[in-house]
Amino acid sequence: MDTPEDFRFSRDHEWAHDEGDGTVTMGISYHAQDALGDIVFVELPAEGDEFQKGDDLGVVESVKTVSDIYAPVSGEIVAINDELEDAPELVNESPYDTGWIVRIRMSNPDELEELMNAEGYESFLHDGE
Amino acid sequence: MSEKSRQHQGGNDQMTGPRERLSRGIQLEEPLIFERSRPGRQGFVLQGSDWDVEPVDSKAEFGELFRSEPADLPEVTEPEVVRHFTRLSQWNYSIDTGFYPLGSCTMKYNPKINEAMARLPGFANLHPYAPDQWCQGALELLWRLERILCAVSGLPACSLQPAAGAQGELTGLMCIHAYHDSRKDYGRRKIIVPDSAHGTNPASAAFNGFSVVEIPSGPDGTLSPKAVAEAMDETVAGLMITNPNTLGIFEKEIAEICKIVHDGGGKVYMDGANMNAILGKARPGDFGIDVMHFNVHKTFSTPHGGGGPGGGPICVSKDLEPYLPVPRIERDVDGDTITYRREFDGHQASVGKVKAFWGNFLVYVRAYTYLREYGKDLPRISELAVLNANYVRAKLGETYSVAYPGRCMHEVVFNDSSFKDLGVSTLDVAKRLIDYGFHPPTIYFPLNVEGALMIEPTETEALRAIDEFIEVMEMIHREAEETPELLKEAPRNAFRRRLDETQAARKPVLTYRQSKESR
Repeated sequence: MDTPEDFRFSRDHEWAHDEGDGTVTMGISYHAQDALGDIVFVELPAEGDEFQKGDDLGVVESVKTVSDIYAPVSGEIVAINDELEDAPELVNESPYDTGWIVRIRMSNPDELEELMNAEGYESFLHDGE
Repeated sequence: MSEKSRQHQGGNDQMTGPRERLSRGIQLEEPLIFERSRPGRQGFVLQGSDWDVEPVDSKAEFGELFRSEPADLPEVTEPEVVRHFTRLSQWNYSIDTGFYPLGSCTMKYNPKINEAMARLPGFANLHPYAPDQWCQGALELLWRLERILCAVSGLPACSLQPAAGAQGELTGLMCIHAYHDSRKDYGRRKIIVPDSAHGTNPASAAFNGFSVVEIPSGPDGTLSPKAVAEAMDETVAGLMITNPNTLGIFEKEIAEICKIVHDGGGKVYMDGANMNAILGKARPGDFGIDVMHFNVHKTFSTPHGGGGPGGGPICVSKDLEPYLPVPRIERDVDGDTITYRREFDGHQASVGKVKAFWGNFLVYVRAYTYLREYGKDLPRISELAVLNANYVRAKLGETYSVAYPGRCMHEVVFNDSSFKDLGVSTLDVAKRLIDYGFHPPTIYFPLNVEGALMIEPTETEALRAIDEFIEVMEMIHREAEETPELLKEAPRNAFRRRLDETQAARKPVLTYRQSKESR
């Protein structure tokens, strides 16, 4: 799958997409869902929860393993994708679209620039972690 | 017809290996016992006429507690009950059935003498409320077992209460918590855990109110003193470490690591899950550990795998002894008279009781029996366990890819890099092993190895059994190259084919009613 151009990526394989209104939508990358395998459960934070960049804000559980979801930027949760409660497979089927996880109002928008762009993420994947 | 095409002919039993490995035996489907039920069937007859007593009026006796309808219990005959459970037991795979290389679980053979000792009426029928003077033998056994565990761990005090490893972790961390609190050192609320730790380690820390600081292991799979030093400060209560670690590698810098934690005011907890590799060879107390647990059900051969009961005794340093759970087992010597007692008082700083009565007593009878059987030969266990794992590493390393180079301890981890590009997954390899009559190894763990296959042969397997396993693993690799569909469809010969684990996790069917509705 092509890595979407206008998305930003963390070294922990989360993506963040700038919505242009001070918020980002985030999820996990195609590579992450592929490595995890069939996802069977996503534990979401609550709206209003606040996280620092790098904090674990949720958990994604697959048939193979359980993994923390790390906040790619600091901020407050303004929306969660509650469809994942009944349909965790959306993360596998559409990691960059309907499989989004939360929306965060950034407390420090500069952090977005610290994340890799699509090209940087692809070479990061290619060269190994 | 070539040898190969002949083997590929026919029904579901396609195997490229020796036919003598193929076995089906008699395997019978068995429904739930409720579905065997027929109204009026019973497995007993009470001769009511033999007794000259008035029948009890249950309704009057129980009043409003009297149930309006009889309970929906299965009505079956005695042979039906016996067959039901015997058939279910025949679906099982156990160490008594065959090789069980489940890494991290130490599935060694459980000597039958352990069972004989645990069934001695004096132990088996002992009431947990029996006063001390009626159970001197049992108390002596526990006291002696504590002393043996102290000798093996190199630590001075022991509690047998924790019911299994995870509770041992919980109890050990409670002791560390209590130690810091006693010094009014309230700022220490973090536990350092390496990324190669057992999953229970961070959970136990969190359960104790600690936050977890994860630190990465180095490229050789071990923890560096530098990584620990960087994470160590006055907010850290301690470090949890598994040694040998989950990759089956001995943490060579352990003494230095313990010193760094001690110098920073913390304590070191060791998960003793992998003690099978170092019995009588290295003592955790000597390399700086303050508290550790044993998994007696692993290392000292009491049956496990069915969810217990286990045993997770902890041994602690002098600093932590005051906080051990009560009751402690004390021995009083008065001239020639030795008596044992459970001591509740006089341990004001104790974290309290963590398990009903005395821990899983009959598990400890088995462990004690095992330890006495080996006696001074205990180090032989580890020598053979490590030798067997390295034999597997060296032989299979020619076909599969070892996750970390160099010698391993009691278990060896392979990654999926030798077969991933063939479109075959670790799960496929594991499922194919079932077709050849082996329990699969642990897979996808440790988490820091891609597509991990973790093999622990233990000391109890003979060379021949290990060679057979290696031969089959090599054969499966050839199949992955030549006929990968055999792996994708595996297990083909098992009583149940590949189960839909995704669906089972997403839409679990957990009750009888759900299973009826789902059909």
